[in-house]
Amino acid sequence: MSLLETIDLVAGYGDFQALFSISLSIEEGQVVAIIGSNGAGKTTLLKAISGLLRPRDPGEIRFNNSAIGSLEPDEIVRMGIAMVPEGRRLFPSLSIEENLRMGAYCRRSGPWTIDRIYRLFPMLRERRHTPSTSLSGGQQQMLAIGRALMANPKLLLCDELSLGLAPIVIRDIYAAMPGIRAEGTTILLVEQDVNKALQTADRVFCMQKGQITLQGRPAELTRERIKAAYFGM
Amino acid sequence: MFWINTIIQGALIGGLYALFAAGLSLMFGVMRIINIAHGDFIVMSAYLAVAVVGLLGVNPFLALICVVPIMFGAGYALQRGLLNFTLGGDILRPLLVTFGISVIIQNVLLEIFSADSQRLQVPWLETASLRLGDQLAIGLMPAIVFGTAVIVIGGLELILHRTDLGRAFRATSDDSDTARIYGVNNRHVYAMATAITFVVVSIAGVLLGIRTIFDPTSGPARLLYAFEVVIIGGLGSLWGTLVGGVILGVAQAIGAAIDPSWDTLAGHLVFLTVLLVRPSGLFPKTLD
Repeated sequence: MSLLETIDLVAGYGDFQALFSISLSIEEGQVVAIIGSNGAGKTTLLKAISGLLRPRDPGEIRFNNSAIGSLEPDEIVRMGIAMVPEGRRLFPSLSIEENLRMGAYCRRSGPWTIDRIYRLFPMLRERRHTPSTSLSGGQQQMLAIGRALMANPKLLLCDELSLGLAPIVIRDIYAAMPGIRAEGTTILLVEQDVNKALQTADRVFCMQKGQITLQGRPAELTRERIKAAYFGM
Repeated sequence: MFWINTIIQGALIGGLYALFAAGLSLMFGVMRIINIAHGDFIVMSAYLAVAVVGLLGVNPFLALICVVPIMFGAGYALQRGLLNFTLGGDILRPLLVTFGISVIIQNVLLEIFSADSQRLQVPWLETASLRLGDQLAIGLMPAIVFGTAVIVIGGLELILHRTDLGRAFRATSDDSDTARIYGVNNRHVYAMATAITFVVVSIAGVLLGIRTIFDPTSGPARLLYAFEVVIIGGLGSLWGTLVGGVILGVAQAIGAAIDPSWDTLAGHLVFLTVLLVRPSGLFPKTLD
């Protein structure tokens, strides 16, 4: 049984339809990556899963075998889906530790505690009482991941972890992935960095103009096919 | 000595203005709602206290035991049942709806309590004073008002910085969508913000009623003071509202000492000066 499943998912903003019949399924324990260029609908898909955007029909998104399409975001995180939003979206007036505590607001128990996050990203501990705005881009991304982990999710959604970061920083951030996976957390990554996605994921979906144009295991996909699916050429 | 006295009296009354402003600031901070009916809710709680005193024959301070929970519940219900639906679109919507509520409250109060001025009576307190020196004495009532303001604002700060609910308030204020994806039920959190605001409103209303006479149309002037205090103190800063209240109170006291008719005018002039020199107030916290 899949942990998360979307069945002919349709969603959009007002009159603008951004997702056209997206069907994908994610098995428990997998790392799945969604790649695609700007405007392909990747972020929209994550917004729909996390409840910020309503799908056309509630049954189009199923988590743990129940329909979640009509739930509010706070109800969805309580079921075990937490998101690292695009652009980090830290709370600027909260300190680093308070940002982490906000992650635990839904009170799900599990392996992730503040101490555990500080062991994963030790620099956060040193600066825990400073405002989150005092961190560099990479450190902010680590805090955003830590905040989402504090919700002890079954499924972690990561939107563009590498956005605007230097390659060496991206490497540091992705270095945390095996540890997160080892706790049994299923991960859905959205990435523009195709190489990072192919290295990390068990399964890759490529999106273009609100549709899935390619899917498969990284080893099965050739550069040419990815290029065609990514750019539509 | 006369001027020291004037300034102290003004500063103490500033506590009342700070109480008016604290609730306005909290609602604006968490939800970006400017509650035009804020002053009317203050007056409404004063009338509620009048009714409780009339029914039970208790001291107005004890009436708070009834008024506070009623207003807490009313605030929660108002936000959850009505104001929540005005959020998220045009900023004009909450303004118009609360303006309508303001008109309704004034007319309902007029209907029930008539246009006669009322006051909450605590006779012994009206003349009681604390002697601070040979020529200096402060009224006990103004001292209680100021002390209450310090305790209430300190309490609000504790809630904001030491509790899960307070963190949710601040996180929601920063970015409500992101707060929601971490489990904040914003409908409930907004309702709690208004409920807590209404606790402050009821305390302010009862203190107002003990200090001065009021009638059903007294609300808008309180709203104006609250606005001025919030702007002077800086948006989003609760201790700023205490400073703003003191500045407004001192300005009015000095104005009144020069010429009694300059009382409110002096307050407005100081407000305009701050608006010109420091448009974001003395201790701004809210960024947008």
